[in-house]
Amino acid sequence: MDAKRVETVSARVDAAVSSTDSVEDELELSAVRHRPEGLEQLEAQTRFSRKELQILYRGFKNECPSGVVNEDTFKDIYSQFFPQGDASTYAHFLFNAFDTDHNGSVSFEDFVMGLSILLRGTVQEKLNWAFNLYDINKDGYITKEEMLDIMKAIYDMMGKCTYPVLKEETPRQHVEVFFQKMDKNKDGVVTIDEFIDCCQNDENIMRSMHLFENVL
Amino acid sequence: MATGVAAWLPFARAAAIGWMPVANCPMPIAPRDNSKKQDELIILNVSGRRFQTWRTTLDRYPDTLLGSSEKDFFYNEETKEYFFDRDPDAFRSILNFYRTGKLHYPRHECISAYDEELTFFGIIPEIIGDCCYEEYKDRKRENLERLQDDQEENMDLKMPNMNFRETMWRAFENPHTSTMALVFYYVTGFFIAVSVITNVVETVPCGATANQKDMPCGERYTVAFFCMDTACVMIFTVEYLLRLFAAPSRYRFMRSVMSIIDVVAILPYYIGLVMTNNEDVSGAFVTLRVFRVFRIFKFSRHSQGLRILGYTLKSCASELGFLLFSLTMAIIIFATVMFYAEKGSSSSKFTSIPASFWYTIVTMTTLGYGDMVPKTIAGKIFGSICSLSGVLVIALPVPVIVSNFSRIYHQNQRADKRRAQKKARLARIRIAKSGSANAFLQSKHNGLLNELLELTGTEEDEQKLTQKSISLLESQHHHLLHCLEKTTAHEFVDEQIYEQNCLETALQTYPSRSPSVSSHDSSTRTCCSRKRKRNVPLPNTSLPTTHSTHQGPLQELSAIHIQCGDPLSHTASRSNLNLKTDESSRINCKSGRITTAIISLPTPPALTPDGDGLHGPPQRRPPRPPSHPPPLSIQTTTSSAGANIVKVSAL
Repeated sequence: MDAKRVETVSARVDAAVSSTDSVEDELELSAVRHRPEGLEQLEAQTRFSRKELQILYRGFKNECPSGVVNEDTFKDIYSQFFPQGDASTYAHFLFNAFDTDHNGSVSFEDFVMGLSILLRGTVQEKLNWAFNLYDINKDGYITKEEMLDIMKAIYDMMGKCTYPVLKEETPRQHVEVFFQKMDKNKDGVVTIDEFIDCCQNDENIMRSMHLFENVL
Repeated sequence: MATGVAAWLPFARAAAIGWMPVANCPMPIAPRDNSKKQDELIILNVSGRRFQTWRTTLDRYPDTLLGSSEKDFFYNEETKEYFFDRDPDAFRSILNFYRTGKLHYPRHECISAYDEELTFFGIIPEIIGDCCYEEYKDRKRENLERLQDDQEENMDLKMPNMNFRETMWRAFENPHTSTMALVFYYVTGFFIAVSVITNVVETVPCGATANQKDMPCGERYTVAFFCMDTACVMIFTVEYLLRLFAAPSRYRFMRSVMSIIDVVAILPYYIGLVMTNNEDVSGAFVTLRVFRVFRIFKFSRHSQGLRILGYTLKSCASELGFLLFSLTMAIIIFATVMFYAEKGSSSSKFTSIPASFWYTIVTMTTLGYGDMVPKTIAGKIFGSICSLSGVLVIALPVPVIVSNFSRIYHQNQRADKRRAQKKARLARIRIAKSGSANAFLQSKHNGLLNELLELTGTEEDEQKLTQKSISLLESQHHHLLHCLEKTTAHEFVDEQIYEQNCLETALQTYPSRSPSVSSHDSSTRTCCSRKRKRNVPLPNTSLPTTHSTHQGPLQELSAIHIQCGDPLSHTASRSNLNLKTDESSRINCKSGRITTAIISLPTPPALTPDGDGLHGPPQRRPPRPPSHPPPLSIQTTTSSAGANIVKVSAL
């Protein structure tokens, strides 16, 4: 055996010996079983009934036995609904929107809070949530670049085989239309107030906000 | 449908609120969940053992027995449970499939019993999870092999138009494919053996003749041996040239080990031919004859084991290198020691250290020729230490090489297996994906048809169409996809239509061919825009002449046609549009009896009004080819241009 190989072997042995702590840490991490707060607490914090929370949790725990979703699993799950396109970019933005404490994983509480807003919240809250989704860096303004990213992510979900054929500039055009509608003072960014105002004046958007109310 | 993650569908739908502010068109209406039933526990009684689970758990996989209404056949009214007269042990893993989404194969189960259970419950074995899939397939294969007769597997994947060269190459590589190849295989094998034996026998001393002393046969029967050699070399040369001709990549073939062996085997002969009777190089010539022994390596084509041995040695190069290195170290050490130990004794053979090398090697490999033996006591002591350590040093790397060999051998067997499984797995994934995509497109067809039927009001057709009731989950998923379409103002189409569209946009030359979105009948606006494009070249290709009669104004022909059944059936029809393909495409339709073709030609009010928007009644029989006046009223008559009847067949 060459000297090099001997060295690597001995290095590995040394590392293994000295890192028993890290091994334990690893075990601990993988054994993280997140347990959500009690039913009563969640009932109080969200607008779901007890039964609904039960159903939600059963589904959630089935998919993620450890009790938390990390971004990759999230992307996987979301991509299954859109087989023709690539849903991973949009799933990334969604994940950031749900992961309110930005710790890299979505626990059941995050999940259920988000759903509560989306399904049972007031129109104002829903619009707020949507604004939060579009505002990628969470600075309170939607810039054209952020909107373009979101738009591209949405169009990516359509995939290649569409009619009419998707062109390169379609997302950009859509962003232009959006900004024309939303950006009242034409300063190149959309603030939360402009957004909410404009959406409340648009009949289509208002109607579609009530679309998913009977989801659960 | 991603039924495994059905629980997440509410989430995905809720997240769709993120699209709403961006969308420009109104969203479609969501399907209502009419069954406000609470989730209930259902009892599954399998041969006496009761399993309980939620109804929604079973509903996750609607195309299996337990997930569909098929289980109602097994419902027992008195006991209010579903009774199955099947094996409860196997049922355990099936029920776990519903619970976890992964199907496991229990190793203690008989493979055919398990298969039967899967078939009964309507679960396809391809869903078996990765952890158990390999085991399952292995067992299944073994079983099949056991049941099959010993007929030769037909490995003949003969592609119909394989040219002569490819056939030859296949014959060379797999001798079992044809008789000729087998014959060739054995003939070459025979000649290799003959050649090797000739080389060996050449050197045997034949009986002495009267006046000459013993000489090797080679020199006695020079001519005979020369003829034999020539024959063999000719065969080998022919074989080599044939292989070279048939090889798909000649350059790569020439670099391969086998071909180098071939060349080395036959070259000495030719070199010998070239330079005979040249005294100077005759010594070298004799050496060249040594290379003839390489012919024996040609046998490795005939033996898989030999090839694996060679490959093993190649792959064990590092171990062999280590062996050599450590041996060298030991030899040098012991040789030095022996030399200095024996220096004192008189007439010792250990004249120098290199001379002691021979002793050390012979002793360490436990050969012990005895031509060099130590005489001093010190020498004997060190000599014994040398032989003891020799055993150890030699014995160490040998098991490594052996295990390598065995590993590579089994790997060889398994590599092919794994390659085949991988292809199947990718195919499965692709099918699953396209299946769910197709399901959505399919439901769009049905949905559109429903709308149309409401327009035309034919009752029985509507009933027939809604026969295929779609589960709530599916309809919700489709609604989600529909919302995405509305947000982006683009529609999902399947591969073929997409490619056709691309082709059409590439082919479009006339401006008159380009239909615009606005030009179709408003009543069927949403439904038909997808299909419209497909039929556009139809009138064009069939009626180039009539087009030329139209003046400047933009002709917009839109033949709108709805056909249920998969759009795949149309691919055949595109090539010969106006002919009988309509019938053939008709046959492929599952329930394709509805034909509605709408052509509207809203040319500006010039003298060439080509169209009435004609709304043909739905009809059942296939339209006749346009050579006869079609009963389906898709004709456009030009009024001013006289008797120019533009007949467009409805596909």
